[in-house]
Amino acid sequence: MAVYKRSYKGYAGAYTPEWSRFRVLTRYASRGLFKSKFLTGFFVICLFPFLVTALLIYLNHNGTVLAMLKFGKNVINIDNAFFSRYLQTQIGFAFLLTAFVGPGLISPDLGNNALVLYFCRPFSRTEYVAGKLLVLVKLLSYITWVPGLILFAIESSLSGWSWMISNLYIAVAIVLSSLMMIAVLSLLALALSAWVKWKPVAGALVLGVLFLGTGFGAAVNGIMRTSEGFLFSIPTLIEIVTHALFRQAPLTDLSPLQAFVALLLIAGGCLYLLSRKIKAYEVVR
Amino acid sequence: MTESVIQLDRLGVRFGKRDILKDLTCTLSGRSIGLLGPNGAGKSTLINTLLGFYPVSSGTAKLLGLDIRTQIKQIRTLVGYMPENDSFIYNMTAVAFIRLMAELSGLPSEAALERAHEALFYVGLGEARYRKLGTYSLGMKQLAKLAQAIVHGPKLLILDEPTNGLDPPARQRMIRLIQEMRDSKDLHVVLCSHLLRDVEETCEEVLILKQGTIVHYSNLEEERRANKKFVEIEASGDEAGFAVALQGLGCECAVAGGNRIKAVLTEGMEIRDIYRVAAERDVQLRRLNYRRDTLEDIFLKAMETETTNGRL
Repeated sequence: MAVYKRSYKGYAGAYTPEWSRFRVLTRYASRGLFKSKFLTGFFVICLFPFLVTALLIYLNHNGTVLAMLKFGKNVINIDNAFFSRYLQTQIGFAFLLTAFVGPGLISPDLGNNALVLYFCRPFSRTEYVAGKLLVLVKLLSYITWVPGLILFAIESSLSGWSWMISNLYIAVAIVLSSLMMIAVLSLLALALSAWVKWKPVAGALVLGVLFLGTGFGAAVNGIMRTSEGFLFSIPTLIEIVTHALFRQAPLTDLSPLQAFVALLLIAGGCLYLLSRKIKAYEVVR
Repeated sequence: MTESVIQLDRLGVRFGKRDILKDLTCTLSGRSIGLLGPNGAGKSTLINTLLGFYPVSSGTAKLLGLDIRTQIKQIRTLVGYMPENDSFIYNMTAVAFIRLMAELSGLPSEAALERAHEALFYVGLGEARYRKLGTYSLGMKQLAKLAQAIVHGPKLLILDEPTNGLDPPARQRMIRLIQEMRDSKDLHVVLCSHLLRDVEETCEEVLILKQGTIVHYSNLEEERRANKKFVEIEASGDEAGFAVALQGLGCECAVAGGNRIKAVLTEGMEIRDIYRVAAERDVQLRRLNYRRDTLEDIFLKAMETETTNGRL
């Protein structure tokens, strides 16, 4: 209908499949993210370790350059510990990126009472959370397991088929550790974003939960002479599970299973908080 | 048989220990339906329940023949909702926001963009469609809310206090838009308001709620027709003979002193018959008024009604 024909007209065209509609939210939210120069710059910085690590892997296999630098061949041991260190660095960046991006996902909708407009359409609360979650999942994937797998592929291509087969568990560890971390961090950020409408406060709270929890856990450990204090530290819990997946020596007395269950409980708690807050209207009893 | 728009079947809603809606039962099938009631009567709760936002504690309801307990997703596909409160994403442009809403309703991206432009032009925000919603005036925000409610071409448009906070010209514009949409026959309108004039100007049927129960149902179209038959006439000439002639047509007539006549017209009798009789008797008609119950009269009578149960 041309714009000059200003009369009401129903819609008789095609509809998109219901299952795909949550991605609309992801698309709109992602589009807005990189309007921030700061975030764009920070995201680029997050990719520096990948470039440096890729360069290290390449140099490690380049005898000519190593000879020029007066190093022997294979000066760096590229093994599970190498990839684990790389992933831990990226997880650190992921914490900061989550604190910057997460709070802006739900709090504006709540602050502007926009949820009612989403839910008066054929669009469920689950789809809403999935759509917002996917923003963080995609963003954090770009700096964790995606470049991690690229590094693994580079090393495999340079070291040969047998290295790849014998170290395949590293690729699995990269993906599983990253996905676990992404799930927990994303849910935590969304839950805090849903409960704190003011974006900067929500961001500070995300960092607070991550880092103050670690401090509190260390204090508990020190006072009580125990390892259970690590249960308050999400970064440590992630690190414990990651170490186990990379087949490294345990970090603490807390078992990987205990750490994993704790992370599951935290994720469950976040989902509960989201279910309490993500509603068209609050029911005042 | 006319398909029902809203069908309430012993619908009850309870928050904690409070019954907010009690045993509501009625069937509404008009092109435009008004929900009236004082503050706290349960109008918005009823709308939110029909949209599936609040859980039903007893009974059920159907919108366009679809059950709100089991078919809420289909209902939401067919319904456009304009909430009472400000509901926006303030840092989005109007066109981006309306497009997002259309896409969430299931329209493909290109169609959503086209419909967003159309909806904004239709409500009169065409020139301001690239402005951020946060910069809009109150009247513009109301129009933007209307645009998001109609962008996906709903079959039922639910408007919750659409003229809230509008100045008289903006209110007139909103009322005209609602009337146009109602008359387009493409959709049904449910208007929830405490402003009697808004409902009177736009609705064919009215449901009046009080303390969570239905206290009155009124088909305004029928009432208007019925009340047309009561007329006040000021005549000059042979008033007594004129009155007798009207009585001869079956009217009840009373000469109320001076040259004023009050008449209740018979079924099927039209105003033109009065003019014809006056012409035959060479009587001048100086004034002729319809006197009918206003919605205000109906509303005030309904408010005096005791709330015993929610049934019509």
